[in-house]
Amino acid sequence: MKSDRSVTMTERVFDLGAKLIAVLVAIFLVTPILVIFPLSFTSDSLMIFPLPGVSMRWYVDFFTNPVWLTALRNSLMLAVVTMVVATVLGTLAALGLVRLSRGWRSVVSTLLLSPLIVPVIIIGVGTFFYFARLGLAGSFFGLVLAHTVLALPLVVIAVTATLEGFDPNLVRAAYASGASPFPAFWHVTRPLIMPGIATGATFAFITSFDEIVCVIFLGGPEFRTLPRQIWSGAKETVTPTIAVAAVLLVVASVVMTLVVEALRKRAQRLSKGAAT
Amino acid sequence: MEIGGPELTRALRASRRRQQVGALTLVAPALIFLIAVFAIPLALFTFRSVDNAETWSVLPLTRSALSNWDGKDLPPETVYAALATDVQAIERSAAATLGRRLNYSEPGMRSLIISLHGLKLDPARPVAAQMIAANVRWGEHRIWQVIDSESGRLTPYYALRALDLQLADGRIVASSSEDSATFRSIFARTFWISGIVTLLCLIIGFPVAYVLATAKGWFGRILFISILLPFWTSVLVRSMSWILLLQQNGILNRFLIDIGLINAPLTLIYNRTGVYIAMVHVLLPLFVLPLYGVMLKVDRALLRAAASLGARPLAVFRHAYLPQVIPGVMAGLVLVFVTAIGFYITPVLVGGGGDQMISYFVAFYTNASVNWGLAAALGTLLLLATLLCLGVFRWAFGSATMVTGR
Repeated sequence: MKSDRSVTMTERVFDLGAKLIAVLVAIFLVTPILVIFPLSFTSDSLMIFPLPGVSMRWYVDFFTNPVWLTALRNSLMLAVVTMVVATVLGTLAALGLVRLSRGWRSVVSTLLLSPLIVPVIIIGVGTFFYFARLGLAGSFFGLVLAHTVLALPLVVIAVTATLEGFDPNLVRAAYASGASPFPAFWHVTRPLIMPGIATGATFAFITSFDEIVCVIFLGGPEFRTLPRQIWSGAKETVTPTIAVAAVLLVVASVVMTLVVEALRKRAQRLSKGAAT
Repeated sequence: MEIGGPELTRALRASRRRQQVGALTLVAPALIFLIAVFAIPLALFTFRSVDNAETWSVLPLTRSALSNWDGKDLPPETVYAALATDVQAIERSAAATLGRRLNYSEPGMRSLIISLHGLKLDPARPVAAQMIAANVRWGEHRIWQVIDSESGRLTPYYALRALDLQLADGRIVASSSEDSATFRSIFARTFWISGIVTLLCLIIGFPVAYVLATAKGWFGRILFISILLPFWTSVLVRSMSWILLLQQNGILNRFLIDIGLINAPLTLIYNRTGVYIAMVHVLLPLFVLPLYGVMLKVDRALLRAAASLGARPLAVFRHAYLPQVIPGVMAGLVLVFVTAIGFYITPVLVGGGGDQMISYFVAFYTNASVNWGLAAALGTLLLLATLLCLGVFRWAFGSATMVTGR
């Protein structure tokens, strides 16, 4: 009896200790992200607590400054185009990948996912040397290509994940009912893998929207994105306007986390529905 | 033994082949794209670390003249004349590039080449005598050795330099370059910082993943969100926020002074401490999330069985729980380490001069001090280190699929 009680005691101590660590770590993880929200509303240029006062002046500063607005527009354009290119290429690749025989499949998926294991600095500098030769350095198009390299594997992973829970008999049924390949894809496969495609597209968007290393090398002085402006500013001093830009990036990430979470739930529902 | 006879087998095989061709057609655009925009640039980048086109292409006459030189005494008149012709045939800027390149191997080469470019030569008299009269160093054997060894199509110079080595008289010796960047110590620093960060992630991350895998209700949800949110937030923004938190007059120092814990501000940033804090912050979710996935799949029945057979909690943990989660732990460690050695943004923002990692020097030799060959050699070594880590992991733990986040 006595030893039994001591066992539960140790267990409880371990459990409480682990929970305490988890809470502290959670605070450690979210504080740097949350802290910029109140700081961006400071009425002074000093970024300290307690805030000297609350104001929207740095938001006004951001949204009336042509440099920041250009950067925001560039970032959005780059992210949208990268998203479209990466989603199309990645979805097609994922559809092909799951149909390949096992041997081919492992080779092709290694190739498709290889950009994930190469340090970004090497992708950035490598494409910079290459594009400098082709006259693509410092261009929007060059950056779309580099960002698509980074985003493509994420789309492949997201779409492949939904395809693996996908019942191929549904497509066979469509063929048996006389549908030709494209309508069969459009009316049967597409709606079912849509959550995966949307997840992949979201990953692609945020990858490009947040990306800084390739932009440093390939953007040149002409093409400045939001992260590029934050980067050059933060190396000197972090101003409240930079905090506003950072808030925008964080908001984009939060929205994306919510979207992906909602899509995951939807995909679960769909695969359950398809199974019954 | 086939049911349905050979025709059916053949038809089946043909249909399977059609399916494979169709599948490859779908994969093809992505593959072609990656080969064109990823694989080829990467291969060229790697090749640049041994490429010597800069020197090779501008010294055609010198190369052929040098092929007749035995390398013992000073080269014959023909070599001097060939070098003068080659150097004077190119633009001044190209001569400067050539001079800078040769200067890596032998200090003083730059000014020698540039002055040779502008040297007025009397065609009636021997070139060698005129060059030596203009600068006595043209009479040094060492100079010609350098030109000879550095005018080939390929050069070991950059790769050796990236390891603090150089070639002298055909032997590999310690580098004597005037700029005292010691890349071996920078590689060691990169691995050391990454190792410490990985260790910290293990110590902090293991209990967190455990709690996350067992927590229920709102506590579990909030914990999950607080790990997912940083995972998806830009590394740049997170590193920048640490500046605000940790700087001399920053939020944390003010807070600690206000509550009376310290009297003078602590130096928490632009040093190693700042790098450790920010890198652990960036990489911790990368360790916790995969481990959490593995911990969710742990067979609880085994733990109960062990406990009901009389094992104490620590024994249950060691013999029933750990073996089930070790693969997840190892995958997380490799993932964190491999990602850490490629870090660039975070150390630049929160580290000092002595905390920059190898990526910083790849960027430095690309942009600030233009020496693309050295940038490529350093980058290639970084890539090799990354692949080696992943290779060892695969070899030890089989082909566990690993997905890195950025």
